[in-house]
Amino acid sequence: MQVSYAYDGSFAGFLTCVYESYARKEVPAAFSAPGDTQLSLYPEREIITSEDRGGRVFASLGNKISGDARRLVVYGFLTCLPDRELHLYAFIRLGYEAGPAVTRRLTDDRVAVLTNAVRHLMREVQLLKGFVRFSDCGGRLAGEIEPKNRVLPLLRGHFCGRFPAETFVLYDRTHREALFHRPGRTAILPVDTFHMDAPGSTERFYRDLWRRFYDTIAIEGRYNPKLRMTHMPKRYWGTMTEFQED
Amino acid sequence: MELIKKLTILSDAAKYDAACTSSGLDRAAPPGAIGSAVAAGCCHTFSADGRCVTLLKVLMTNACSYDCRYCVNRRSNDVPRTAFTPRELAELTIGFYRRNYIEGLFLSSAVAGSPDRTTELMIEALRLLREEYGFGGYIHAKAIPGADPLLTWRLGLLADRLSVNIELPSEEGLKTLAPDKKKADILAPMALIRDGVQNSRHELAKYRHAPRFAPAGQSTQMIIGATADSDRQIMLLTQGLYRRYHLKRVFYSAYMPVSDSKLLPARQGYQPPLLREHRLYQADWLLRFYRFEAEELLDEAHPNFNPLVDPKCSWALSHMGRFPIEVNTADYETLLRVPGIGVTSARRILTARRCAPLTFEGLKKLRVVLKRAQYFITCSGKMMEGLRLSPDGVLRNLVQLERPLLLQGAPRQLSLFDGVG
Repeated sequence: MQVSYAYDGSFAGFLTCVYESYARKEVPAAFSAPGDTQLSLYPEREIITSEDRGGRVFASLGNKISGDARRLVVYGFLTCLPDRELHLYAFIRLGYEAGPAVTRRLTDDRVAVLTNAVRHLMREVQLLKGFVRFSDCGGRLAGEIEPKNRVLPLLRGHFCGRFPAETFVLYDRTHREALFHRPGRTAILPVDTFHMDAPGSTERFYRDLWRRFYDTIAIEGRYNPKLRMTHMPKRYWGTMTEFQED
Repeated sequence: MELIKKLTILSDAAKYDAACTSSGLDRAAPPGAIGSAVAAGCCHTFSADGRCVTLLKVLMTNACSYDCRYCVNRRSNDVPRTAFTPRELAELTIGFYRRNYIEGLFLSSAVAGSPDRTTELMIEALRLLREEYGFGGYIHAKAIPGADPLLTWRLGLLADRLSVNIELPSEEGLKTLAPDKKKADILAPMALIRDGVQNSRHELAKYRHAPRFAPAGQSTQMIIGATADSDRQIMLLTQGLYRRYHLKRVFYSAYMPVSDSKLLPARQGYQPPLLREHRLYQADWLLRFYRFEAEELLDEAHPNFNPLVDPKCSWALSHMGRFPIEVNTADYETLLRVPGIGVTSARRILTARRCAPLTFEGLKKLRVVLKRAQYFITCSGKMMEGLRLSPDGVLRNLVQLERPLLLQGAPRQLSLFDGVG
């Protein structure tokens, strides 16, 4: 009989689902997490997250398949791929059969879908490392982003490594979570509402300077809006200082 | 003068410098300090001309004692002059960096009085930034030709990348347009930086805390279209620079009309040679990543690149005897020579074909772009299905792909037959 697995939406929860499916010798036809808008018509099986069982699956991904495959699963879970759990599950099943060679099977649909989604994720991470804009609110930095994928876990190392002595918060509007950092401590926590204070005079001064620099640095004779859009898609502009007005 | 006005003048004067990269170096922030560098570089925004902005690109001062004809900052040009104080510049850099506007600082300068004095000013600004503000981000500094070697050495200890602009592709060009500069004067600091980087690397291998001199190497820039040099001369020069001076990058900058000098292209109706610049960059990539040599790309009979197709297509079309190649057996170097297959695609092909033979369907799944490659490859002995080939049909289709690029700027009737080799 086909069943749908209902889990809590966490990575450990997903790995527990993988554990349960092997223990019960059944292949889930769908996954659902709280907050999903889609309704599955299959009978649901509630899977209770177990750190222990999830941890065993996590270890086995590395031991029985490979470190690369495990990385692909971890990153794949952060992507915005529709039905990502099903794709990940199919990949993991294939991985246990094929072993370490699975990450080289780039022409297999189960692998290609995942590697392409992860590529999309990594590109967004790379772009956002540059496109994030912080504002100084009384000595603390605050910024907002609106990414498609869940990029915060991958931005964490970059920004915490870059500003180790700063206190900052980076809010992800799409997934309603925020990266908090103060010297020595970082955390990614769900946040329901987030709004930034109105900019002070120093902050407005620096914003003006930046906008002026941005406008000055372009060479008029080479005006090429299409090229700019290729490199910097418009969906990022909403949170960037140079395109805002105070 | 207000800071915003200074910034406007000094970034306006610096914008013709093409280099704005922050690559070549991985460095974590020192404890309690601010700033790191990533080897891949990081673009923070793109200006309206589509160029990446990664560094705060400014001049220390634009009050120049030289009178180079092609330059906005030449002595005889009537523009407002100003200069940053070292502290202003350091504050500005940190203010921008904290807000993640920039990856670091690109500091250049007009020659204020003498090259030595200018370099001293730059050193002071960088020292303040590094030592007092604990800045660990990327710094690209312009070495001033003619400065004392010891000063250039000190500049390199503070900066990550140094560059010396070669300005024009030939000595004759330099003689007519930049009477104050000589080729030897430009090449001397380049050699100095090269040796400095090498020595520093050797010392670092022996002593962990040896000083790091320009750890991200050096680059240079030349202006295209102000003199009559051919693409072939430019590529040979570029290749020589990469080989002899171990440059990380050579930048090309299409000449923009900034002067009414009779020695330069007239301002009226002038179109900057953007397409030519683009082709030069494509060829530059072929030299650095695709194991091409300048002599293969252009010869005496064809001293300039064909504007209609990119240099790699052009090379492939004149060596059709080598194609099609078999994707499942060709080695890495051969794959790299196929138009449309780049470093990433070639690597993916090598990985994927270890597991299963590749088909055109499979190549699409690898996201290998076939619009150019399809004419030059076979999969298990077969060409792409439905592909009809006549020798000039390939050329026509390849030119068709370039159409959006060719139509940019001046729309003109394209002729298939001029310049095609």
